[in-house]
Amino acid sequence: MRLRGLLRKESLQILRDPSSIAIAFVMPVVLLFIFGYGVSLDARRVPLALVVEQPNRDTASFVAGFFQSPYFVPVPFATVQDADAAMEEHLVDGIVWLRSDFSRQMLSQGNAPVGVIVNGVDANNARLIEGYLQQVWADWLAKFAATKGIPLKTAVRVDVRVWFNPAVRSKDFLIPGLIGVIMTLTGALLTAMVVAREWERGTMESLLVTPADIHEIVLSKLLPYFVLGMGGMLLSVSMAVWLFGVPLRGSLWLLLVASSAFLLCALGMGLLISAVSKNQFVAGEIAILVTFLPAFILSGFVFDIRSMPLAVQLITHIVAARYLVRILQSVFLAGNVWPIVLPNLFGLAALASIFLALARRSARKSLE
Amino acid sequence: MLRRVLALAIKELLAVLKDPKSRLVLVGPPIFQLLIFGYGATYDLNHVPFAVYDEDPSQPSRELLARFEGAPAFQEVARLRSDAEVARAIDRGQALMVLHIDRRFSRDLLRGMPGRVQFILDGRNSNTALLAMGYANTIVADFDSWWASRHGWGKPPVTLDIRARFNENLESRWFIVPGIAALLTEVVGLLVTALSVAREREAGTFDQLLITPMRPIDILLGKSIPGILIGSLEATLTFVVAVFWFGVPFQGGLAALYLGLFVFLLSVIGIGLMVSALSVTQQQALLGAFLFLVPSVILSGFATPIANMPALVQRVTYLNPMRYFLVVARSVFLEGGSARSLIPQYWPMATIAVVSLALAGWLFRRRLY
Repeated sequence: MRLRGLLRKESLQILRDPSSIAIAFVMPVVLLFIFGYGVSLDARRVPLALVVEQPNRDTASFVAGFFQSPYFVPVPFATVQDADAAMEEHLVDGIVWLRSDFSRQMLSQGNAPVGVIVNGVDANNARLIEGYLQQVWADWLAKFAATKGIPLKTAVRVDVRVWFNPAVRSKDFLIPGLIGVIMTLTGALLTAMVVAREWERGTMESLLVTPADIHEIVLSKLLPYFVLGMGGMLLSVSMAVWLFGVPLRGSLWLLLVASSAFLLCALGMGLLISAVSKNQFVAGEIAILVTFLPAFILSGFVFDIRSMPLAVQLITHIVAARYLVRILQSVFLAGNVWPIVLPNLFGLAALASIFLALARRSARKSLE
Repeated sequence: MLRRVLALAIKELLAVLKDPKSRLVLVGPPIFQLLIFGYGATYDLNHVPFAVYDEDPSQPSRELLARFEGAPAFQEVARLRSDAEVARAIDRGQALMVLHIDRRFSRDLLRGMPGRVQFILDGRNSNTALLAMGYANTIVADFDSWWASRHGWGKPPVTLDIRARFNENLESRWFIVPGIAALLTEVVGLLVTALSVAREREAGTFDQLLITPMRPIDILLGKSIPGILIGSLEATLTFVVAVFWFGVPFQGGLAALYLGLFVFLLSVIGIGLMVSALSVTQQQALLGAFLFLVPSVILSGFATPIANMPALVQRVTYLNPMRYFLVVARSVFLEGGSARSLIPQYWPMATIAVVSLALAGWLFRRRLY
């Protein structure tokens, strides 16, 4: 009965202050929209400088591969100095350099080395470009052998299968992770700011001296925001599936279970932040520092947790987004893989109970 | 005028630094985060767990596998015996890659035909999958040329001799750590300013400030100086950690870097003050700061390259000051960029700074009601 009254109060408060609704619904949509179109790790159409010092039939046949490749936009340069200057101005990401003795070496020694220089500043991109270059080279070798009628002598033929994402679209793995990052933001922001405002204005203390006990107060704060957060989550999942075409191979209900566990974590963290800081300025600062950046960098959303040093891997266990991102990536792309889902759900549940217990304690303590 | 501005700047600095909680939040976490993120944010693969399904245990297959076991990028976690075990190892995330050696591998090889090998990769993180594939291909290519030279096959008609410039070993940390320094600088600059006007407005002290003899431009300066001071101090600290702790090379000049830092901070502070002046409550200010910060990080080229974005989104990034400062920081650290070569990055940031600061000053007065 008391709980119902409190819930009504909180719901009215939300409805009258449009900023919470903006956080829950507008923010996920805007962010997912921008990022869904903005983030991609597939290096497409790399501008590549081509320096052919002495053009002839051999060089033309080799260079043709770069013009046909979907990965490169070749830009011819007369000298390697010009190409160098272009790379320094970031006009091209790499240089392919066929020296003047290319044909002669091919004929006399049976092997002509081709100089390739890649801008290594963005190491990840440089590695991908190297892979694409090698692909063009291997294709050319096969074609060359076929036209000359000689067997291509290689020891190993590799056949690559990428499961769950055969086209290797980086979007299919980034967008489920983004939902995790966005949910972290909305969850913590929703509670941290709103409750900190009550502390700042002293209305929280008025609530605490009413006959309502601490459980009812915490619950009444959580439930309305929980409903808002789940709404935002559903919106994000439908955008991922219908707008961005990410396959959802697992079941929707499992996603909902995981996100409710996650929201409890995020809301609990928000409550804890506001109870500790008791002022909107500090609550806002803490919320930005402990939610967005860790969720962005330590959740496995772009940077693979398995590549991190052990100490950092241990730290990621207190980042709630880490568990959600793993579940989302698995349920979206692979299906309901229980050996992955269950431990991560357990992690979320454990974190949620820790945060909620701490929030309850610090809310009570401050009364004394 | 100078005295008035100075007095206000000191008051603002004290307001930020006097509160022990706010002091703690501004100084501790950025350094702590630079350390953790500097180690955590990496695209380099170490100890990729891989499993082997060898259907033809033989001399050549052992030779190939030994090369994988010896590579620091890979770590063998299991030997599999059937296709079902392969599916299980990948599904559960136990192995990121399975190396499947064909039943006729050694027979084909000894007959002079290519032996067949299959890589099965977990595509749930497609970037890691691509990188692991690249590493594995390098190892196979190595084996190829070793086999070719042992059997007197001669070299292929053309070979690629690939070198990376500016970062020979392709350490992704060198790319990411200057980015994190830029990221934290933006967060701190924004935090100091975005809530500053809104807080005073909520407390009612902003109206008092407006009726003092100070002109909006004085208030603007007074409110910007603490952000610039705190922001450049934090940035300096992060640069020091980047160079002396993470060993990122510093090829360029300090002047080029700090000129960039100064205009970058001005533009971030301008945006922060604009957000603050636009909002009536601190909650709105925080929301506004977030709505700027999150897209500005994701669309800056920090983790995913701007060149990969669609043309329309690329045009949106021109409004993002962080986009330019990231180029400045990376260029000065790794490429030895000079102030002259970075002019195309400085002037857009300066433009954003001038426009946003002017708007903020204008909004100070307009929002009096």
